[in-house]
Amino acid sequence: MRRLLTVTLTGMAAVPFAGPAVAAEMSVKVEIPRLNVAEYHRPYVSMWIERADQSPAATLAVWYDVKHKDGEGTKWLKDMRQWWRKAGRDMQMPADGISGATRAAGEHTLTFTDAKAPLGKLPAGDYQLVVEAAREVGGRELLRVPFAWPPKAAASAKAKGEHELGGVSVDLKP
Amino acid sequence: MKTFATKLPVRAAVLALAALMPLAAHAHRQWLLPSATVLSGSDPWVTVDAAVSNDLFYFEHVPLRLDNLAVTAPDGAAAKVENASTGRYRSTFDVHLTQPGTYKVAMVSHGLFASYKVDGQAKRWRGSAEAFAKEVPAGAQDLQVTQADSRLEAFVTAGKPTAKVLQTTGRGLELAPVTHPNDLVAGDAASFRLLLDGKPAGNVKVAVVPGGIRYRDQLQEMSFTTDADGKFSVKWPAPGMYWMEAEVRDDKVAIKEAKTRRASYAATVEVLPQ
Repeated sequence: MRRLLTVTLTGMAAVPFAGPAVAAEMSVKVEIPRLNVAEYHRPYVSMWIERADQSPAATLAVWYDVKHKDGEGTKWLKDMRQWWRKAGRDMQMPADGISGATRAAGEHTLTFTDAKAPLGKLPAGDYQLVVEAAREVGGRELLRVPFAWPPKAAASAKAKGEHELGGVSVDLKP
Repeated sequence: MKTFATKLPVRAAVLALAALMPLAAHAHRQWLLPSATVLSGSDPWVTVDAAVSNDLFYFEHVPLRLDNLAVTAPDGAAAKVENASTGRYRSTFDVHLTQPGTYKVAMVSHGLFASYKVDGQAKRWRGSAEAFAKEVPAGAQDLQVTQADSRLEAFVTAGKPTAKVLQTTGRGLELAPVTHPNDLVAGDAASFRLLLDGKPAGNVKVAVVPGGIRYRDQLQEMSFTTDADGKFSVKWPAPGMYWMEAEVRDDKVAIKEAKTRRASYAATVEVLPQ
């Protein structure tokens, strides 16, 4: 599953800044593909930031069956097995500002702000955004999108999934 | 303890022997197979199968008796074994993982095996060192006694892995994991230490066999030898359930009538994909 992905990183000309200083932002767009299968359940999805050594820096979002009675939806969190091993098993679910309900097929965009939860203050360096999806009675897929933080200029990078995930892109704004 | 020849039906006797015999002394493998080893959620359970068979992990010979079963909870207390039953080919039981952390499922036996003749008739006996003097006739002919210390283990973790149940007892052949046994990933290497009576067991051969034998032509057994510190390291070629086994023979016996001791250890570990 750790395939090498085609990654495009486009630096855009920095626009001269006039107004008050704004915190850097990262927006993450995740596409959940529409699948034509006999039994479909929305995937569990986790997204987190990994340091250059692949250790977890921050979990940004976890979409799972939060409403299931008696917290039974947490039973399948371990199916996002890399997130579970690296970060999930150290966390309590539900987690404020991180966990939420599973999402329907389509594109979903989340925006994170420098120095604010759940992104927090990342030391300057190279990172990867990791998105892992696991679907009940279906498959699992994990994508990595590299980026440098903090961004000096607007930049974007993306990766493309093959079965459980569609496109995943990261857009950075200084 | 009973004298098999007279008190137990033959099949049960075979079963009892199989459950206590040193692992490499015969072709069959003893194993525990947990339904899962890495669990999340608020109310996790595991079901464990226990059997003696040739192929891993298929039930095709005899069940493993649950007499010596002990499950240890993450806090070190004994955990409850539920819904235990023994069928023709396997035993099975459930463990409700009520605490977060790592549980150990273990079958441990310290026993003596004796064969001898009374009035020309062959007898076989198994039991504890204490029972030996009482139950085996003092003047038995052709007396042969072997001591067998065996340990069979599996580990399961709810949530974050913990280390308390990995503490060793200092008796027999034991595994002292360096890498947590519920934190194994294909492509990565994991290290373990073998201890014999609490001391590093150096120069011991360890066999590691992946499950799923029925559907392949070659055993794919990996063989390792522990270093002076008892350490060995396994790089997992693929995800799946693996069976690890080692045996030591020495003369550290509990009673003078026994000539040799066989100390054996076997464990089932699960290796997850990346």
